Amino acid sequence: MKKEKSIISHIWLILASILCLIPFIVVVSVSLTDEATLNEFGYSIFPKTFSLDAYKYIFLDPEPIIRSYGVTIASTVVGTVLAVLVMSFLAYPLSRQDFKFKSVVSFYVFFTMLFSGGLVPSYMLITQYLYLKDNFWVLVLPGLVTPFHVILFRTFFQQLPGELFDAAKIDGCSDVRMIFQVVLPLSKPVFATVALLGALTRWNDWYTCLLYINDENLVTLQYQLQRIMKNVELIKTQMSNMPMQMMNVDVPTESVRMALAVVVSGPMILVFPFFQKYFAKGLTVGSVKG
Amino acid sequence: MKKFNKTQLMYCLMALPGVLLLFVFCYIPIGGLVIAFKDYRYDLGILKSPWVGFKNFEFFFAGQDAKRILFNTITLNLSYIILGIVVAVLFALMLYNIRQRIMIKAYQTTMMLPYFLSWVVVGCMAYGFLNPTAGIINGILEKFGVDMIDWYAKPKYWPFILGFFSVWKNVGINCIIYYAGLMGIDDSLFEAADLDGASRLQKIWHISIPSIIPLIITMTLLALGNVFRSDFGLFYQVTRDIGKLYETTDVIDTYIFRALNTNGEIGMSAAVGFFQSIVGFITIVLVNWIVRRIEKDNALF
Repeated sequence: MKKEKSIISHIWLILASILCLIPFIVVVSVSLTDEATLNEFGYSIFPKTFSLDAYKYIFLDPEPIIRSYGVTIASTVVGTVLAVLVMSFLAYPLSRQDFKFKSVVSFYVFFTMLFSGGLVPSYMLITQYLYLKDNFWVLVLPGLVTPFHVILFRTFFQQLPGELFDAAKIDGCSDVRMIFQVVLPLSKPVFATVALLGALTRWNDWYTCLLYINDENLVTLQYQLQRIMKNVELIKTQMSNMPMQMMNVDVPTESVRMALAVVVSGPMILVFPFFQKYFAKGLTVGSVKG
Repeated sequence: MKKFNKTQLMYCLMALPGVLLLFVFCYIPIGGLVIAFKDYRYDLGILKSPWVGFKNFEFFFAGQDAKRILFNTITLNLSYIILGIVVAVLFALMLYNIRQRIMIKAYQTTMMLPYFLSWVVVGCMAYGFLNPTAGIINGILEKFGVDMIDWYAKPKYWPFILGFFSVWKNVGINCIIYYAGLMGIDDSLFEAADLDGASRLQKIWHISIPSIIPLIITMTLLALGNVFRSDFGLFYQVTRDIGKLYETTDVIDTYIFRALNTNGEIGMSAAVGFFQSIVGFITIVLVNWIVRRIEKDNALF
């Protein structure tokens, strides 16, 4: 009897799963279809013909893509490492009962979740006063402290058994050693969670680039895709060192967009699902209130 | 006593980088909100630009845009919040209803995939479906002999299209949150209900749902506090920032962005931003106060 009733659940969940997958299939399928077919029959869920033209076109001059990969990887790695360091350092004292300024600093950190200056003052600050426009560090610095992630760290540190600290102290363990030999080894899961959440945000960032980057050398992957979504012809002008005879080739406009989407999101879509449980864990711990 | 000071010093040093970063990137911009009351001039900077009182606000609220973007922001965000929670809770209940571990895992992973995409890529996917000449949807319409629709020129469809993508992108992660909440229910409750002869639906209605109500309230609160702040990517990338669609899709954040980035109307965009910050703050404090009065444990702070 139990089985029969869960069938309805299965049907709905299968429908939802299909709905989640179809757009992926469409993008890949369009990217693999040749331009003539697309022009005649439009997009389809399964490719009617098979062609790698779009990918070939993108990689005629792979430099912009490789450069963007470089920028994205660098900002993701540097940003995530720094963010995890700064936030765990900030969260640790907040998790300790004996920290004198615990309530003041807590309020200082969490108030920013409730009230913020918004886009215009931040934009003015970054462009007019910090001179971070067209600077690599604008992709890293502004987002280093996410109050929500500080809560994740703090909550986790608080849940570590207090007896452990007492025992270590009795054995004459110094405060610094306590952090490295007691707290750190026990806190790997929360570090993984925050690092993954941070890496995902940075990898997918196009907004910072849209606001602050004009320099071709600092364009992130997602922003590269956004620009080409808006103006496919752009890809032509970018390929300055494309062989002359290729200059006159028509851009396979429709499929190039989708092929680029695959190139941009492909690697991470293959990697992140393996860490799915950390994302979920992070957000569930986070719903424990501050 | 000396030892005590050393520990405190270490704590302070540890917190310092984070505190400084927050000061620069969060607290200075809060101070920068004064731009809203100034006629900003690049050559004079924030401090020296002349004060103009509420002129920037008057300019915005007297214009045609104010009503439209406020209406869009509130109605769209509210409906997407509610829709998102209802759909996620429903799917979480369904996941909880099935027992095959492999299937649970498979569904969760698939539904989670869109969460890993950037809005740029989602916008690209949306374009694959809605492209007026080649898109999948128009292809289907054509097959059934229905007139094709020029989606990117028809604002009336967009509240629904954006709603779909908003739910689509976030259903996986939210579903996992509620599912985790359901997993925490004490099994003995269900055993007791079985003894009393409760039906499946009765168990869902009287045990499963009440158990995750606190979680639902917390999540709703978190979302409600941001009802004036929209997911910029959704409204900017999925609509491809097409002017014809502003009528139904323009929200405070896209409006500020355009005013600042395209039109260079700094004073006015700052005024809108100021309004957004204040109203957003009042909203979250108010909602929290209401929840506190009803059920203290569910309040955020």
